[in-house]
Amino acid sequence: MAVLGPEEWQAVALSLKVSTWATVLSLPLAVLAAHALARWRFPGRALLNGLVHLPLIMPPVVTGYVLLIVFGPAGPLGRALQSIGVVLAFNWTGAALAAAVMGFPLMVRAIRLSIEAVDPRLEQAAATLGASRMWVFLTVTLPLILPGLVAGAILGFAKAMGEFGATITFVSNIPGQTQTIPSAIYAFLQVPGGETAAARLVALSIALALGALLLSETVARRAARRVGGQ
Amino acid sequence: MKLAVALHQPLGALALDVAFTAPPGVTVLFGRSGSGKTTVVNAVAGLLKPARGRIALGEHVLQDSDRGIWLPAHRRRLGYVFQDARLFPHLSVHQNLLYGRRFAPRGAQPEPEARVIEMLGIGPLLDRRPGALSGGERQRVALGRALLSAPRAILADEPLAALDEARKAEILPYFERLRDEVAIPILYVSHSAAEVARLATTVVVLQDGRVIRQGTTEDVLSDPSVTPLGARAAGAILSARVIAHHHDGLTELDAGGARLLLPRTLHPIGTPLRLRIAAQEVIVSRARPEGLSALNILPGTVEQIRSGDGPGALVSIRTKAGTVLARITRRSAAALALSEGVDCHAVIKSVAIAPEDIGR
Repeated sequence: MAVLGPEEWQAVALSLKVSTWATVLSLPLAVLAAHALARWRFPGRALLNGLVHLPLIMPPVVTGYVLLIVFGPAGPLGRALQSIGVVLAFNWTGAALAAAVMGFPLMVRAIRLSIEAVDPRLEQAAATLGASRMWVFLTVTLPLILPGLVAGAILGFAKAMGEFGATITFVSNIPGQTQTIPSAIYAFLQVPGGETAAARLVALSIALALGALLLSETVARRAARRVGGQ
Repeated sequence: MKLAVALHQPLGALALDVAFTAPPGVTVLFGRSGSGKTTVVNAVAGLLKPARGRIALGEHVLQDSDRGIWLPAHRRRLGYVFQDARLFPHLSVHQNLLYGRRFAPRGAQPEPEARVIEMLGIGPLLDRRPGALSGGERQRVALGRALLSAPRAILADEPLAALDEARKAEILPYFERLRDEVAIPILYVSHSAAEVARLATTVVVLQDGRVIRQGTTEDVLSDPSVTPLGARAAGAILSARVIAHHHDGLTELDAGGARLLLPRTLHPIGTPLRLRIAAQEVIVSRARPEGLSALNILPGTVEQIRSGDGPGALVSIRTKAGTVLARITRRSAAALALSEGVDCHAVIKSVAIAPEDIGR
């Protein structure tokens, strides 16, 4: 396979940066949301469930547009963030936000499933030994959901790497700023003679996705063995 | 320190309405399944919040619904041993044992780790994972984990019910040691007469969500009117002391001046023992029987006769060794003209006293 051109490298590097930030920043929130959905009983639980899953169901373009309205230069949150120096619209940070929002439901689903698989009787036992809810979570629940957590994170990362619709709507397609791998493939396909570059990025995308899957399998298996009690 | 419990809680079709106190030693909540035992223990542990109630351990109030007090489980400092050991699968045995220690208050003085490990015989297991332990080993680790969290009382919900007979026999002595060596109340749920006989210092009998009797083990188990598991499971307790091991495989005991012979036990001479004499293994005779193979003949007087609608009757007989329960037919009771105050003899075969009926 031919070496990537500078523009393609830029897209790859940006995609990795955007996806890493999107995953790292949304993971704690996803754990919180998954724990709330799996274990807590509170009014508005169905609403939270719906909100979390909305980006999975809605057309990505709609999600991107909503982000633009809320976080854009004229949006309420966008203006507030701008006053403290955080610009999201047409910036790589915005691409990270779009990727995080789109990957969030996948993460929450994977983590929620693994939390539901944790025997609540173990958490009760921890409480009788003096652990508060926070400690029960940190010392019992969290180690036991580690495989699900890793799977969720990798799923979210892979989704972030491939996010296109919401990203291009929210932050456009600016090389070096917001042009991630999918946007770059799209851009290459729009110009005559761009097919070779697009094909290289397509091959790279497939390799990255495969690598992510293999990694998640290995890590999850290792973690499962560790918590399996053997 | 005493554990005082008074609870009211709707429970399925019936209401749980109990009040009892558990002094230091083992208090067994005794009754058939569905009588509300586990609900009581879970309420004491703070794992469920009863509609109304007051639970106090010495001067520590754990719940007082009149004053709006309800401590969550993690602030009650009660060691709970569950039926399923509930060890943390991601931690080693040693890490499991130390789990509660970090949450104990600074001033608390848990049992020394080395002593607990020695008492429970779990030293060789420390580096293992719970998944690699047998059921009996798991339960011993769970007991150690509860002890090392510096609890003010121990709760145990049928900790032996999931084990086979051999494993039960392996664990019971550890609970006996715990009772004799640790000075905190132990609330122990059981529907096994043998466990009550061996462990209990106090018995609280639960039936359909109510306490029908509470008192010392000797008093409760020798009362023919209290048979939560039916007359077939009835049996009184005698306290005795080993005085001799004979060459023909028998051990001789002294019980309040009366001599008892039973199959050889491994307990050294001088050891105080508790024997459960199953009521249906006791024969009643008016005259002192002659030419009989049974070795234990205890003279006494009939204290109480209890007969129901069935063919059977439960007779309590006061002897020098203590009160013995005998399950006989109503026809025999009539034929022997048994009534309160009548002199008679309780006849007990030595081999009818099984090893699981002998405890410390």
